[in-house]
Amino acid sequence: MAHATTSNPGTHGGHAGHGGHAEGHPLVGHLVPISTLVGTAAALIVLTVITVAVRYIDVGEFNIHIAIGIAVIKAALVAAFFMHLRWDRPFNLLIFVACVLFVVLMLSFCVMDTQQYKNLQFKGNPPAVETTLKANAPGAPVARHTQYQP
Amino acid sequence: MTTINANPDAILDTHASRDNYLTHTRGFLSWAFTLDHKRIGVMYLVGVLTAFFVGGIFALLLRTELLTPGATITADPNVYNQWFTLHGAIMVFLVIIPSIPAALGNFILPIMLGAKDVAFPRLNLFSFWLWMAGALFAVVALMRGGFDTGWTFYVPYSTTTETGGVIPVVVGVFILGFSSIFTGMNFVVTIHKLRPPGMTWFRMPLFLWALYSTALIQVLATPVLAITLLLLIVERAVGIGIFTPSLGGDPVLFQHFFWFYSHPAVYIMILPGMGIVSELFAVHAHRHIFGYRFIAYSSVAIAIFSFLVWGHHMFVSGQSPLINTLFSAISFSVAIPSAVKVFNWTATLYKGSISLTTPMLYALAFLILFTIGGLTGLHLATLNTDVHLHDTYFVVAHFHYVMMGSALIAMIGGLHHWWPKITGRLYNERLGSLACIIIFIGFNVTFFTQFMLGSHGMPRRYYDYQPEFTTYHQISTMGSYIMASGFLITAWCLLSSLWNGERSPANPWGGRSLEWQCSSPPPHDNFPTQPRVGDCYDFSCVVWSEEENGYVVDRSLDPELNPNAPKRAGAH
Amino acid sequence: MSSITAGTQGHGHDAHGAHGAHGAHDAHGAHDHPPFLAHHFESPQQQFDSAKLGMWLFLATEVLFFGGLFVAYAVLRMRFPEVFSYASHYLDTIMGGVNTAVLILSSLTMALAVRFAQTGRKAAMLICLWLTLAGAAGFMVIKYFEYTHKIHEHLVWGTTFYVPPDNAEGQTEATELAKEPPPAPLGVTVADPTQPALPVLAKVPATDAAAIKPAARAPSGLASPREMAKAEGIKTGEGTTGAHPSLHLEDRKMPPNTHLFFGIYYAMTGLHGVHVIAGGVMLIWLIWRGMRGDFGPKYYTPVDAGGLYWHIVDLVWIFLFPLFYLIH
Repeated sequence: MAHATTSNPGTHGGHAGHGGHAEGHPLVGHLVPISTLVGTAAALIVLTVITVAVRYIDVGEFNIHIAIGIAVIKAALVAAFFMHLRWDRPFNLLIFVACVLFVVLMLSFCVMDTQQYKNLQFKGNPPAVETTLKANAPGAPVARHTQYQP
Repeated sequence: MTTINANPDAILDTHASRDNYLTHTRGFLSWAFTLDHKRIGVMYLVGVLTAFFVGGIFALLLRTELLTPGATITADPNVYNQWFTLHGAIMVFLVIIPSIPAALGNFILPIMLGAKDVAFPRLNLFSFWLWMAGALFAVVALMRGGFDTGWTFYVPYSTTTETGGVIPVVVGVFILGFSSIFTGMNFVVTIHKLRPPGMTWFRMPLFLWALYSTALIQVLATPVLAITLLLLIVERAVGIGIFTPSLGGDPVLFQHFFWFYSHPAVYIMILPGMGIVSELFAVHAHRHIFGYRFIAYSSVAIAIFSFLVWGHHMFVSGQSPLINTLFSAISFSVAIPSAVKVFNWTATLYKGSISLTTPMLYALAFLILFTIGGLTGLHLATLNTDVHLHDTYFVVAHFHYVMMGSALIAMIGGLHHWWPKITGRLYNERLGSLACIIIFIGFNVTFFTQFMLGSHGMPRRYYDYQPEFTTYHQISTMGSYIMASGFLITAWCLLSSLWNGERSPANPWGGRSLEWQCSSPPPHDNFPTQPRVGDCYDFSCVVWSEEENGYVVDRSLDPELNPNAPKRAGAH
Repeated sequence: MSSITAGTQGHGHDAHGAHGAHGAHDAHGAHDHPPFLAHHFESPQQQFDSAKLGMWLFLATEVLFFGGLFVAYAVLRMRFPEVFSYASHYLDTIMGGVNTAVLILSSLTMALAVRFAQTGRKAAMLICLWLTLAGAAGFMVIKYFEYTHKIHEHLVWGTTFYVPPDNAEGQTEATELAKEPPPAPLGVTVADPTQPALPVLAKVPATDAAAIKPAARAPSGLASPREMAKAEGIKTGEGTTGAHPSLHLEDRKMPPNTHLFFGIYYAMTGLHGVHVIAGGVMLIWLIWRGMRGDFGPKYYTPVDAGGLYWHIVDLVWIFLFPLFYLIH
């Protein structure tokens, strides 16, 4: 698993003392052009506007998928350009992808499990809420949603 | 930058000067603020062994209580609950999880790798301070009334119990989690980036592969524990309703969260132990490890698989049948990489020149006890038998076989193996071997009996029991006393060597990995010159040197350096 | 907790040889050690790579830390979709959108700060770091307003959600409400807020029923409750203290278990806010070191690593925003 050195323009030996120039050159690492950074930010803002706008359009159950989908694109932009993954060592990208996968793993099993007993849930206010309502707001409409005999 | 040094004496600097990492600087502050991984390892070792002693006291207390049904030494069942909770929490979080990675790993990893230190020495020190802080919070929890929830902190009991120590100890465990995470981060980066020239991935000793896999789990799993504990604190303190049924929450969700970490955590406990055992078998049988790549890959496989099986702790908790089936099936497959290792170790012993030294005895104990522990895990992975066995002493016996009989035994074995390196002293072999045998006997008497107890229906965490179980309990308690005396003898054996022990040569056992090529104890910066990396399991060029009173590596016999070298036993 | 980050940023940097005397060892061969290169590293490249790898591993732990909360969110939303549809209307989408933009722009200034450090433009780097810090502060200010309003209205976690904000007022309110027709005997779930599922509504005089607007037009987070009450046509029991009534408690459309939404809302946005504050502390530290002249083309690792942390904070918010503020 030895890493191939990525071809970074800045990784020359130890003698890059460009003190006299207006723009220095980093000893290690890679320079991202300013235009790329500003462009990424602009794309992110545009996507944010889009996602807010979509919220007001009703496409039924796909709303959440579209919202998450746009969020994933935004996240990918941040990770690739702001966080440098586009030019970085592949192993760092692997770490990022792996941790997201593990979250997805936990998510999928827990959601699958919950789905299985969704229709066994009690409807109405849980007991501690019932007690609080009785003490503080017995006439509140939500107090009428009860699973217990009054 | 490879410095090929034909003269072994230039590398070994055993007697030339007594300056080593212990004597390099003096004073409390030089230890409290040290950045030397060896000193940090030693401090962890002292902390972990102290915690082991305290956790052991609680174990002896609860076993003594179980000598008779009903009250034996305490009339209060809640006090008994506190004992088993403290025993579990201390052992899991303060002892077994940090023991091999933080105590032995911190010391050995950089030297074995050939590096000068870990990648982030200050982070390493910070990890240790966090461990101390976690231990401190545990003490605070005791002073605030203790806690009786079991080390698993299941809700709704943990959110409603009156004992006042719950939040302090949960904060303590939260902090310990970060100690573990930072150690894991350090190890991953060290192994990736600080390998010297010649030390490729497949030249690394298997202990390093094990530590690497463990570190991966530490980094990926422990944050989930952190969020679980944070949510538990918030739920207990302000009641947001995420886990509490009376507020609309789901207690099984807590279990999902908790076990998503805690199952990989048990592999954090066992994987480094397996790494140690690979070293012990190879060195003390003077035989090249069999199936190096299989063992290396299986370590990583175990690390990954360990994340896929957490639900097998929840088969009877209300988890849906669909998920139950999935987890049961995957749990069977996680046994496979472990079995691969067991076969490879056994094959390593075959036709080896086995020295029955104390570390070898511990390794053999590991082999037997891990096999039993692992196989009984399959009983628990099977859905229908688990319904009968869950929350009985069968589970208690199973996890003690793997956590104590395997992980802890491996740790003690590794401690004996590297004791000369760490302290520069040789302990008394006969005493060490005797202690090992006593521990082995005591362990089996204690815990094999518990398999019977469990399958006959004795529930775990119970203060009282039906009279029919009395004999088994008494046998088990007697076993625990035998085990305790074995540990006391071990402690005496090791501690007395610090004063009375013979001074150790650099290589008392005949190892080939890099840590045996610096003095015992090592100098402050590990190696005076860059060590040469060879095949760390090729013992053919390891010879006994009378003047050293230890082994040395004779380069003229190294087949890699000298193709005409005579073929000797111990080669691959 | 990740406020630890601030202390671990400089783990690649060991400018003044904090170790004890290195003694005679010199395994580096020909090249000398630049002052920013820690003694256990062979080259600046190795140190830089190690720091980046270490930081990415830490970010992985942050992702998993928040990931647990995302799992909790998913499970809750799957169990109570009506709660999430209803309660999200108490969140102000515009405020959330502004916060998102603020974080995106602060990510930009952070990335620019890294670039200016790399090219040795110290003043520009410092300006960008200050701007990033300003973004963090702005985010927290908006968050502060969001939170304080909700807390005032008892739009909070747990059973407090069911306690009217001014309890004396609540008692009056309770008496008022008690004069209404008696409730249905046993529980009926409002699975779909748009349907008049409650039999009690049928008994309510027509004028009152018509005055009840659907929940979809519930007020935004910052409007005055009195205006909201007028819009809803609900009788605001003008109590002696003039305190505002607890509107969510009077809303017939509110499904049971709505408190769970606010529980997970505060947990996730609160934890995120703590990370923003920690990031702010980190930025202050970077500014201090930057002013001291520690960073330049030869060595800027802490800025880079700090930037990575800041981007993760932004990244988490990118997911939090649609999940809480953009629920249809």
